[in-house]
Amino acid sequence: MAQTSASPTPLLKDELDIVIPTIRNLDFLEMWRPFFQPYHLIIVQDGDPSKTIHVPEGFDYELYNRNDINRILGPKASCISFKDSACRCFGYMVSKKKYIFTIDDDCFVAKDPSGKDINALEQHIKNLLSPSTPFFFNTLYDPYRDGADFVRGYPFSLREGVPTAVSHGLWLNIPDYDAPTQLVKPLERNSRFVDAVMTIPKGTLFPMCGMNLGFNRELIGPAMYFGLMGDGQPIGRYDDMWAGWCMKVICDHLGLGVKTGLPYIWHSKASNPFVNLKKEYKGIYWQEELIPFFQAATLSKDCTTVQKCYLELSKQVKAKLGKVDDYFIKLADAMVTWIEAWDELNPPKGSAELPNGKGK
Amino acid sequence: MRTPPSLVSLAIDSALAQLSNISDLSFLPDHILIDLFLSQWSILKFEYLSGENSAGEAPCGIFKLPVEGFLKRTLRAGKLTEKILKLFIATGKEEVLSHIEALNIQLVLTPVLPTSKKNLSMSQIIDDNDVDIVIGALHSDLTPFLDEWRPVFSRFHLIIVKDPDLKDELKIPGGFNLHVYTKSDIDKAVGSASSASLFSGYSCRYFGYLISQKKYVVSIDDDCVPARDNNGGLIDAVAQHISNLTTPATPFFFNTLYDPFCKGADFVRGYPFSLRNGVTCALSCGLWLNLADYDAPTQALKPGQRNSRYVDAVLTVPARTMLPVSGINIGFNREVVGPALLPALRLAKEGKFRWETVEDIWSGMCVKVVCDHLGVGVKSGLPYVWRKERGDAIESLKKEWEGVKLMEDVVPFFQSVRLSQAAVTPEDCVIEMAAAVKERLGPVHPVFARAAEAMVEWVKLWKVVRTRLSP
Repeated sequence: MAQTSASPTPLLKDELDIVIPTIRNLDFLEMWRPFFQPYHLIIVQDGDPSKTIHVPEGFDYELYNRNDINRILGPKASCISFKDSACRCFGYMVSKKKYIFTIDDDCFVAKDPSGKDINALEQHIKNLLSPSTPFFFNTLYDPYRDGADFVRGYPFSLREGVPTAVSHGLWLNIPDYDAPTQLVKPLERNSRFVDAVMTIPKGTLFPMCGMNLGFNRELIGPAMYFGLMGDGQPIGRYDDMWAGWCMKVICDHLGLGVKTGLPYIWHSKASNPFVNLKKEYKGIYWQEELIPFFQAATLSKDCTTVQKCYLELSKQVKAKLGKVDDYFIKLADAMVTWIEAWDELNPPKGSAELPNGKGK
Repeated sequence: MRTPPSLVSLAIDSALAQLSNISDLSFLPDHILIDLFLSQWSILKFEYLSGENSAGEAPCGIFKLPVEGFLKRTLRAGKLTEKILKLFIATGKEEVLSHIEALNIQLVLTPVLPTSKKNLSMSQIIDDNDVDIVIGALHSDLTPFLDEWRPVFSRFHLIIVKDPDLKDELKIPGGFNLHVYTKSDIDKAVGSASSASLFSGYSCRYFGYLISQKKYVVSIDDDCVPARDNNGGLIDAVAQHISNLTTPATPFFFNTLYDPFCKGADFVRGYPFSLRNGVTCALSCGLWLNLADYDAPTQALKPGQRNSRYVDAVLTVPARTMLPVSGINIGFNREVVGPALLPALRLAKEGKFRWETVEDIWSGMCVKVVCDHLGVGVKSGLPYVWRKERGDAIESLKKEWEGVKLMEDVVPFFQSVRLSQAAVTPEDCVIEMAAAVKERLGPVHPVFARAAEAMVEWVKLWKVVRTRLSP
């Protein structure tokens, strides 16, 4: 039987970091203040490091620009994208918290159908703290939500679920369409509030959007590398897609769950579809090869940690996708660099490195 | 910075999207025509993930294609419809024709034309003659039920099948176009032995599926009435089921905005273009407000819990993902999967409340396996019906809880069963599944051995009855 949570959702304010990539300003934080103020922010400043990003008063934050990234990672900084929001994954790497919530700086508080402001962070926490059910689809969606449960026919042995690694939220107003769709439907707005959270079944891939995303860093952090995008790269706007496909293969392998659905945020800015088309162009063709690759990817039994899974995946990327384009050879190497950097910044607990101040 | 796409390449990409609207390609220069054709061709290819399905024929697709060299790739009906192929052929260009010949493209089956966005409005126009509404009557007085559904049902033909165990006369209000089938009709059609073992209780509705002559069947339990949506409007469950069945399903990749063919929605960034035409939807599973379809232990533990959450979404259940299909509110394409909806798993103490049955769960998983194998889709979500208060979960629990235990064996079986390449019709699939049930589940519990027999008998019946019914 699913547990009904009668108790309020814990704040987790000392266990969660909010990672925000930005190139402009952080004015949007004003609207989020009631919900975000208790939390520590990690701001990853993309673009020109000499520019000062103003953070609204009253927020507790650390900010990293390109110089900081280069300084902290040294030569390994090559794996962190420049001039692309993919740089946000640097924030995941330097965080010391158990959970991460990441949001784009053009995403605002949405309202539910009753007109009430949606506390997106609270919903992500709810999603992450309750189990997922990837092995059998529940037709009433998340059985752990208030007012729902497992339906007739759902085996009892599967009702405990598995730990949730990722909570993928959605967007009202400007939907996350690709450039061709934006060109065909420039005026389409998402006004449909779908009051559901659901687990994405095992073996099923999905397009993970990084605009409104929560995850358990301890469970899946090293798999959340957002790839090589932007400046000097042949592709953009596939950072979160790449991370999502890698992450899902690994979650399926390790028996972890991924949820999608609530919460909604209000996405305010429609990016220029022609600029997007230029960035996505190769991706649109490459994804025809990438999807079959990820759908068929299997990891060996001795991949028992996320890092091991990720490194094995990087080998397969090099071997199989290297044929599609040299970019994937570079990307596979960057995946390895990312894991090396991750392990350096996140040594296993109890290691001798701790007194050095790397851990908190 | 890499070279940006050329104007020509952008134009070709745009043309690809609009190809169904172009009536003549002969004016195009040869090299652009070839480019367009080959781009069209490459859009079709993608991996069909089924593990064993390595031969690569397109079971429900338009074209029969050579399989060597494609290995795990199975080709699906994409944008290369009959009309577009003819367009290319009509150009008379040598290179195009030799490409077509080299790729050995032949028109084989009746095209399952992908429903493009342009056809969305067409799918809303239901041809009443295409639909049968099959109601299993477990209550003798159908007046309140039919009166409530009158605005939705009255334009369609109804097949009412009376539970052979029900003694009282059926009371049916006027104003409907319907046929009623009672025990004697069933006995006459299939013999009294079959009618007793296959069609009693909730399973009486399968007789309706067996004798229906229509393309689409919608079936709703007789203790459900129309629900209201969030705006207070009456939900036309039949229209929604038909809409689900006449718009494509997308089982090979999950769309985070749910049904991309719904107004106001679309495929999201990252969704491969080759998968955007989707496949035929064969089964539509609706949901329930008020009394949700919980099992007896769950409802007994939460006696006051009622489902008041209206989730405004339809989504495709991904390929190879199993789900518990509730028979309370479903629609299906009888021509595509009819034989796969079957009465087979009958509990020893099966009763007249859904809490005391699992026949629909079994049937639903059979259908899902068949759909996955044939490459067609299953949707879940809207429409909702309002399920009235009925029965006592604790009483049901006292009487029959075996079904709950059996699921522990049923689910892993269906998750792992694989059908052979030779199974190309739903009947073939059911026969293969029955053999697997007999072999793997038969030894576990006699109810499974009986289910396997029932499945085989069902297919025989289906063939006999269909032959008798066909003109």
